[in-house]
Amino acid sequence: MKLTGSEILIECLKAEGVKTIFALPGGVVLKIFDMLHQQKDIEVVLTRHEQGAGHMAEGYAKATGKAGVCLVTSGPGMTNVITALADAYMDSVPLVCISGQVSTSLIGNDAFQEADNIGLSRPCTKYNFLVKDVNDLATTIKEAFYIATTGRPGPVLVDIPKDVSMAKAEFTYPSSVAIRGYNPTYEGNKWQIKQAAEAIMKAKKPILYVGGGVVFSQAAKELLELAEMTQIPVDMTLMGLGAFPGEHPLSMGMMGMHGTYCANMAVHYSDLVIAVGARFDDRVTGKVSEFCPFAKVIHIDIDPTSIRKNIHVDIPIVGDCKAVLRELNQILRATVNGNQKDLRKPWWNQIREWQQAHPLAYQQDPDGAIKPQHVVKRLYELTKDRDPIVATDVGQHQMWTAQYFKLARPNRWLTSGGLGTMGFGLPAAMGAQAAFRDRLVLCVAGDGSIQMNMQEMATAVVSKLPVKVIILNNRFHGMVRQWQDLFYEGRYASSYLETTPDFVKLAEAYGAVGLRASKLGDLDAVLKEAVSTEKPVIVDVPTYPFENCYPMIPAGGCNHEMILEDPPELKQRMAGGPSVGSDENKDTILTA
Amino acid sequence: MTGETALLGRTLRGYRVCARGNAMEHIISVTVENKFGVLSRVAGLFSGRGFNIESLSVAPTLDPSMSQMTIVTSGDERIVEQIVKQLNKLIDVIKVVDLNESDFVSRETALIKVHTKAEDRAEALRIADIFRANVIDSTPSTYTIEVTGDPKKLEAIINLLQPLGIKELIRTGRVAIAREAIRPAVSQPKKLARE
Ligand SMILES: Cc1cc2nc3c(=O)[nH]c(=O)nc-3n(C[C@H](O)[C@H](O)[C@H](O)COP(=O)(O)OP(=O)(O)OC[C@H]3O[C@@H](n4cnc5c(N)ncnc54)[C@H](O)[C@@H]3O)c2cc1C
Ligand SMILES: Cc1ncc(C[n+]2csc(CCOP(=O)(O)OP(=O)(O)O)c2C)c(N)n1
Ligand SMILES: [Mg+2]
Repeated sequence: MKLTGSEILIECLKAEGVKTIFALPGGVVLKIFDMLHQQKDIEVVLTRHEQGAGHMAEGYAKATGKAGVCLVTSGPGMTNVITALADAYMDSVPLVCISGQVSTSLIGNDAFQEADNIGLSRPCTKYNFLVKDVNDLATTIKEAFYIATTGRPGPVLVDIPKDVSMAKAEFTYPSSVAIRGYNPTYEGNKWQIKQAAEAIMKAKKPILYVGGGVVFSQAAKELLELAEMTQIPVDMTLMGLGAFPGEHPLSMGMMGMHGTYCANMAVHYSDLVIAVGARFDDRVTGKVSEFCPFAKVIHIDIDPTSIRKNIHVDIPIVGDCKAVLRELNQILRATVNGNQKDLRKPWWNQIREWQQAHPLAYQQDPDGAIKPQHVVKRLYELTKDRDPIVATDVGQHQMWTAQYFKLARPNRWLTSGGLGTMGFGLPAAMGAQAAFRDRLVLCVAGDGSIQMNMQEMATAVVSKLPVKVIILNNRFHGMVRQWQDLFYEGRYASSYLETTPDFVKLAEAYGAVGLRASKLGDLDAVLKEAVSTEKPVIVDVPTYPFENCYPMIPAGGCNHEMILEDPPELKQRMAGGPSVGSDENKDTILTA
Repeated sequence: MTGETALLGRTLRGYRVCARGNAMEHIISVTVENKFGVLSRVAGLFSGRGFNIESLSVAPTLDPSMSQMTIVTSGDERIVEQIVKQLNKLIDVIKVVDLNESDFVSRETALIKVHTKAEDRAEALRIADIFRANVIDSTPSTYTIEVTGDPKKLEAIINLLQPLGIKELIRTGRVAIAREAIRPAVSQPKKLARE
């Protein structure tokens, strides 16, 4: 029987096991929406902005490991979703974005709501397709899911002109795909893996540097085995959090610009860096020419372009983390002899020394203001037994969450690392909640970031996605203010938000629950109430506005040269009361 | 910290960042799907990542489903390694060969339209002759000369023709092909046709 393009699309999505899509309609996709409306297998979450749809699909993908799907209309629908595509591209999130296009006969005529969707999305997708013939649609969708989810995952766009969504064709879903120019390598080169095993056996001060690739390849178990067997400490990137249990004695926590002191010292002084599914981002390496200057480097990555892009690698292994680690563990199991704990004693003594010298720390405010780190720490302690999923926005609150929320398992961490997209948190949390209706999904947000996709609270209420948003409300673009305090002599150019909406009232206006923890003493009770509420909740937590996030490696600095607290000049300036404008000073900000 | 200084006892091991060597010209041969939009993907890759393109030529192959691109680019070893890897990563790219890794021959064609005053016409023809170039169009005041060769030869004829007055110059950009490895003649016994 012949089906319309719209029906074919839906059948394809079903065949791919898609249960939920995030979407916002428009003229050229009306037929697709009409068909979606008449079926029950796929739930449509109607978002309030296409960027929200894109980030929800990302949250869904990160939490499930499957491709997230969003559907947008032509022109402005497409341009609105670009930020989410760029975000997914940077962070390797598997996404299939279906965009509407004007009818094939109108393409190129500056038709109403026409945009060059292929041209617009080319630099921020792994691949994109324009479907010109309904007979190609099923194969295209199959290929789109295949490309999005295999190899190094990423977003794929399928642009469907209106006439193609209406035209009819015989439907058969292809059972396999063959793309001659696309053959990701999964198995690592055996000889190289042997070299790696030998280097590991020889190393005195090895360190594992693990990233998002371990999460994508579901290699947490293999990583744990490797680390425990060899007693090698584990540094995680921002994207690798959860790949290794945060509370494990071998865990050093996060590395890089705002990583822990011991994680950065360990990588700097190590003699063997074993990079697993990580891409030597400049937020991790600091000054590249002085990154791990004493070490040999092993790099396991599925994408050959990641290897030797930023840094010289001694033993490159192109392959999937899981497959390579399995092979590596097998060799090591046969070779590891003697007590690894004893063998590594000098290295561990050194590491424990670093850990004790500068653990993550913050001081409570003498005047009783709530410290942001404390909020994250309490949130973690109060919810960890429920194995929550945690999303963040971008800024200081994101870094504090990375530092203090010690995830035990992968796929619980939704954050925007590569693009650093403010406004990511709320929709990403909702996407994860849509995949796991019964789980606890938290979003630690900034008062600046949350306002970039606030409108999705309406979606959360209507689509019953009971996410808990905790706003660390410092009344600043805090991360920007921190840089201004450290590098621009405290001139707060456009970082002071002056006024924010009353987030409690705003939550209520949306039909969600609004709570506020005004005093340190209220914090626990309010957090407990929030996580036991069945509806979406916004918790507004006014925090100490001038708290800075440490450790910090200044951009372009070396990993072993961290700033660990406010430098003396800054302390002095703060004591005198910084000026934020003609009639503002520290006291007015604190009392505002 | 005591432990830290103890660890510092080791010397810095060579360079960490891939050495930035001298930029060298490379000719890269790329087999791609003969599909709509492929050229913009390749061009977008070069512009988006700040790689050089000195010239790029595309044409169909014997197999109509594929096209062959010849890209002349330049960069140090690390950049060229990235260029080759990034090209390979494009889904529509089927095969990438950095021709500099072996021996290759390359050719370029130029079409040169020269103004010719009556007294210069013989000189123009003589120059064309020296370079085994052909005159492919002629009017009372112009010759159009077609010349093929390596870049040096093209530069040379252009330099000689310039004083006569070049009205228009079009170059194809280079195409290149790897040389077949030369086998010693005796070691390859001729196969029987039936075998
Ligand atoms: C405000 C802010 C501050 C930041 N500060 C820090 C910081 O202090 N520390 C930090 O670490 N980051 C920080 N980041 C994030 C940083 O910008 C990068 O996003 C992050 O470091 C990249 O993590 P990654 O190396 O794990 O790579 P990812 O982006 O997760 O990439 C994964 C890598 O794994 C590979 N891969 C994918 N799948 C597989 C597979 N199946 N098998 C093998 N390999 C695979 C990919 O090819 C890629 O190379 C910050 C971001 C922001 C916004
Ligand atoms: C879309 C976008 N615009 C601008 C920036 C630059 N930026 C990075 S952090 C930040 C401030 C974030 O403020 P807030 O959400 O309140 O978080 P805080 O740092 O105060 O915790 C800004 C403006 C960004 N990352 N994303
Ligand atoms: Mg803020």
